[in-house]
Amino acid sequence: MGEGPGTPAPASEKKEEKVMRNAPRTALALGVGAVTTALLLSGCTPGGDSGDTTGPITDEQREEALSTPTELTFWTWVPDIENEVALFEEAYPEIDVTVENVGQGLVHYQKLRSAIEAGEGAPDVAQVEYQYIPSFVLPESLLDLTPYGADDLADGYVGWAWNQVSPGDEVWAIPQDVGPMGNLYREDILAAAGITEPPATYDDYAVAAKAVKDATGSYISNLGATQAGQMIGFFWQAGIKPFGYDGSETVKIDVNSAEAKEVATYWTELIQADLISTDVDFNDTWYQGLANGKYAGWLTAAWAPVFLQGTAESTSGLWRAAPLPQWSAGEEVSGNWGGSSDAVLASSENPIAAYELAKFINNDEESAMMLATEQFLYPPQVSVLEDPTFVDQQSEFYGGQEVNKLFAEISTTVDTDFEWVPFMDYVYSTYEETMGTVIADKGDIAAALDVWQDELVKYAEDQGFTVE
Amino acid sequence: MSNSPALTVERPSAAPPPKRRASTTKRKQHLAAYLFLLPFFVVFITMLVVPLVYSGYLSLFESKLIGGEVFTGLGNYVRAITDPLFLEGLGRVGLFFIVQVPIMLGLALFFALALDSFRARGSKAIRLLIYMPYAVPAVVATLMWGYLYGPDFGPIAQISRAVGLGTPDFLSAENMLGSMMNIVTWEFVGYNMIIMYAALRSIPTELYEAAEIDGAGQFRLAWSIKIPAIRPAILLTIIFSVIGSFQLFAEPSLLSIIAPNVVINSYTPNFYAYNLAFVNQELNYAASIAFLLGIVIAVVSYIVQLGAQRRERRERGLS
Repeated sequence: MGEGPGTPAPASEKKEEKVMRNAPRTALALGVGAVTTALLLSGCTPGGDSGDTTGPITDEQREEALSTPTELTFWTWVPDIENEVALFEEAYPEIDVTVENVGQGLVHYQKLRSAIEAGEGAPDVAQVEYQYIPSFVLPESLLDLTPYGADDLADGYVGWAWNQVSPGDEVWAIPQDVGPMGNLYREDILAAAGITEPPATYDDYAVAAKAVKDATGSYISNLGATQAGQMIGFFWQAGIKPFGYDGSETVKIDVNSAEAKEVATYWTELIQADLISTDVDFNDTWYQGLANGKYAGWLTAAWAPVFLQGTAESTSGLWRAAPLPQWSAGEEVSGNWGGSSDAVLASSENPIAAYELAKFINNDEESAMMLATEQFLYPPQVSVLEDPTFVDQQSEFYGGQEVNKLFAEISTTVDTDFEWVPFMDYVYSTYEETMGTVIADKGDIAAALDVWQDELVKYAEDQGFTVE
Repeated sequence: MSNSPALTVERPSAAPPPKRRASTTKRKQHLAAYLFLLPFFVVFITMLVVPLVYSGYLSLFESKLIGGEVFTGLGNYVRAITDPLFLEGLGRVGLFFIVQVPIMLGLALFFALALDSFRARGSKAIRLLIYMPYAVPAVVATLMWGYLYGPDFGPIAQISRAVGLGTPDFLSAENMLGSMMNIVTWEFVGYNMIIMYAALRSIPTELYEAAEIDGAGQFRLAWSIKIPAIRPAILLTIIFSVIGSFQLFAEPSLLSIIAPNVVINSYTPNFYAYNLAFVNQELNYAASIAFLLGIVIAVVSYIVQLGAQRRERRERGLS
């Protein structure tokens, strides 16, 4: 897969795992696929002692834990993270970390959940995207990191990113990377339509979309029909709070609020006027569209600039980055799409060392800078966002623009309070069915929000949640 | 192909009463047979029977994110038979079976007969070529077809545009099932052909000679001798196809990456069960869907077999 490391696993990612063949088999054998996995999945509740949470960990305990020979397992799909882990092992030679990539996105979570349910085989530290944190908090699979000193890290992070890992008093994970949203666009195509400045407001954007389509035949951007992450990012920018979770049994589901419908209607109109395309994203057709000018832009996240360089190499120098268009002139707000954190599992037998690993990878100066400049994960750490070696980087692909600096500025404008429900897998998969079909067919997206809402509420109630 | 009953009647009286010694050797033989079968049974029980029973057990519970597992009896089954998504998926694979299987088996039979009649040089190579798609893993095949079907850069669409026919949308909601039928047909024609061809080769050639003397041409030969002779093999391919169609998984699972808005999570029952278990985290419900699907397949297979037997009996009765 050609995706950048911080890319939210595109919705499509999830289904490719287990594949049964349409080969002859006896009627008896049937269902066995589901059954054997059932075997793996069920069983005991998450066992393991979640360490002593009686009080804060003392320096002595930390010293002792870090100087005792310990083996840790770390599940992540960040490529080459072994390099950062090597720095950790260098600093703490007694600790031996095994990095395992068990798959990206949903596949990773499936395996993680299976291991947790099975009561053995789960890693000590695991990569978890922000929106999936609550789904692991619910079954008490994550370790609260406050007693380990995680609270002290809060100031080192952009506020909204910290709120993602610590919506309440507990700290569930250490932020690794984020995806504040901006606008990547083809300067040459917009110029051909007489547009020299990136559209500042959504009204301007609609006007520009028409001009671009008329003058060049390109779509000003593509709205991935089944890309819930992008749409939710737009909601986030508009200040809409579609989800909420109190940490126990109450969820808030409000995807069809009047504000959400306004956003939906805006896109519906552009799509119905054939000014925005709705191709499914992260597949070959879409990659080609980015490379050959079918799309003159992409409203996307901070992990995208580097991703795009790999996808649309031939158009180097023609792209520029700008903030998202705004709903009202003069505003400066953005949303987030994607990004991950590293969480310590409650079942870890070495919680102190595990916490130190999660912390080190994302906080050690050298390690954090490496993540940002070698794996191109967009950093949530204030120290990196202020470091000239990072923000002053000029990107040739973007005509020498300091893209990192732009996104660092955007990052400060992301709405700080955005929550999720503990079943985002289901939320995304029903998005494909209720919203994706409508968007692809150029239907009324606002009406589809109602259907999506109903499905989500029904599921939540069936699962025993109280829906607010 | 009727047996003469007169021959079998004589046998029992001709057999001498078994002697003691023979029975000890026999017991030894039995023991050896069981020993040889043991590895199979160990695997069969641990890998098939136990999981099946366990899954059946699971399907009687309901697990919720809040509140955990509760016994519901047949609640999941009641839910399944009233679940429009499951029924829709079942209807979809039913349609798939009715449309695709006759085409696939018709083609397979045609190729098998053609190869059987045409025993010249080169027939081996052709046989291999027709069989080859089966050797391509379903995953690769579907990815390949996904590219071929592509609306922008797929070769089919490009050629179609070049000759002015517009862009065919193989991946739209209306055409998706047809596109899958095409993939599956391409993949499994060769497989079914080989089964039928092997059966054809085992027909004694005297029958052909006799038919030729009676003045039968190739078509008459195929219709009156070959096809009736390989009927059991054809039945076998039909049963395989029932199972294959109803368990359709790889194709929807891969095409859903390209067209997630068309190939929804409940597109086929098997795919639905998978998504229920791993996306919706409704493992118990998934288990009951898998069981129901198994029952449906067993019933359809039985009906097919029954139909074939009845037909055979009728024909025997006539002759």
